[in-house]
Amino acid sequence: MKILTCPVNGPRNITEFQYLGPVRAADADIPDQLVESLFYAENPLGVLKEWWRHTPSNTILIAERHTVSDQIIATYLPNRKPA
Amino acid sequence: MPFSLLKYGLRSRHVPYGDIPKTPDLKRAYDVVIIGGGGHGLAAAYYLSNVHGITNVAVLEKGYLAGGNTARNTTTIRSNYMTPESVSFYKEGVKLYETMSQDLGFNIMFSQRGQLTLAHSEATLRSFHLRAEMGKYMGTKIEVVDVQTVRDLCPDLNLDIGGQHEILGGLWHADGATARHDAVAWGYAKHAAARGVEIHQRTEVLGFEKVGDRVTEIRTNRGTIAAGQVLQAVGGLNGQVAELAGFKLPIRCFPLQAMVTQPLKPFLNTLVSSANLHTYLVQSSRGEIVIGGGSDPYQLASTRSTLDQKEHLAEGALHLFPFLHKVKLLRQWAGITDMTPDYSPIMGASPLTNYWLDCGWGTWGFKATPVAGKRMAETIATGRVPDILKPFDMRRFDNFALLNEMGATAASH
Repeated sequence: MKILTCPVNGPRNITEFQYLGPVRAADADIPDQLVESLFYAENPLGVLKEWWRHTPSNTILIAERHTVSDQIIATYLPNRKPA
Repeated sequence: MPFSLLKYGLRSRHVPYGDIPKTPDLKRAYDVVIIGGGGHGLAAAYYLSNVHGITNVAVLEKGYLAGGNTARNTTTIRSNYMTPESVSFYKEGVKLYETMSQDLGFNIMFSQRGQLTLAHSEATLRSFHLRAEMGKYMGTKIEVVDVQTVRDLCPDLNLDIGGQHEILGGLWHADGATARHDAVAWGYAKHAAARGVEIHQRTEVLGFEKVGDRVTEIRTNRGTIAAGQVLQAVGGLNGQVAELAGFKLPIRCFPLQAMVTQPLKPFLNTLVSSANLHTYLVQSSRGEIVIGGGSDPYQLASTRSTLDQKEHLAEGALHLFPFLHKVKLLRQWAGITDMTPDYSPIMGASPLTNYWLDCGWGTWGFKATPVAGKRMAETIATGRVPDILKPFDMRRFDNFALLNEMGATAASH
């Protein structure tokens, strides 16, 4: 069982979570960046910042995860990025 | 073929020979450099050398021949797609597979037994009707069948599942087939090498030298070479190679896991898949049951195994064939799939003028091996993208001309 820590509910089985994709650097509201924001999502070999949802409590959170080792480095609420 | 086999059998002192020549030293320059020695790259090398007469070709493979996604798929060949662009492309792929053993003089163990996709809901049946009508219009063998026909096609299937997995009918694709994946790559490699194509294993691309928007030189771990034309066909992690060449691809990487059971007596004559259960099964010529499903739920560039996915696949397989419950798993594997936003591949031009793309193959690359190789070779030889490939141009994302392909996978994503 793989564990992901919800910032509100604590450590939970990762099957309780829904993956919502990477946090995108490009902004869909800026016309020049629209295509990049829609189709050219982040896909690094390294740490990826991504959106997740804890399904039972509907908590939306951000996780920082390494895309090669699958190690979860940090999880936090979107408005509370730790220093 | 039968006579040569007889001669082979009767000869007393047969000297075994290697089909694939040893990796030579890199030359200073090649007319065409193909990055990726998997099925697609080798098929392109075969067509370049045998059809277009371009033989000063190097295939660069970072690992061993066809050891990447060519060795990691579940060997399904079919053309029951959704969009007319895809159907016509994959239809040509199935046709090339049908004669490949004869064309190459190399047994790829092609077995055309048909693919049966099960519908567990009215909504799925409706989408099957749409796919069947599109397929018929484009000239593929495809039809929606009722439960009785499902029973006739696959007598061992457990139809009495009930609940949300009740079987209401299916999509029958008589052209669906399977083949020996390694043999496909080896057959192409052998014939390309016989024409003088150099196949460089353990040769990894480290970077590119460019002049303007042309790639002039390719840096590898075995030296630097000059290239007239370049084809990128690396199966998985295409985005990382493109980054070295200086542009971005609309690709995200997900692992795709599959597994096989111990060999059993033949009982499964068709390729069976279920959209609801996210599971598909095919019995290999060795008797093993190959079980595959959807990709992992989140991005990862690692081919590790997870218990969740195995349990999920086993659960789906047991729903359909409960008598498999004591069968042992023999081995498992995973490949890295390059998923595009519209589940369609990217073929044709790149932002660089002499650099061509055959990537974004997600979970649907094996069936396209011959047609992608043939058409990409044509593109490189003539410098013109053929009509059949035009819809797969990378610029479709800039123009919002997406090719949304929900028939892309045997089990939907």
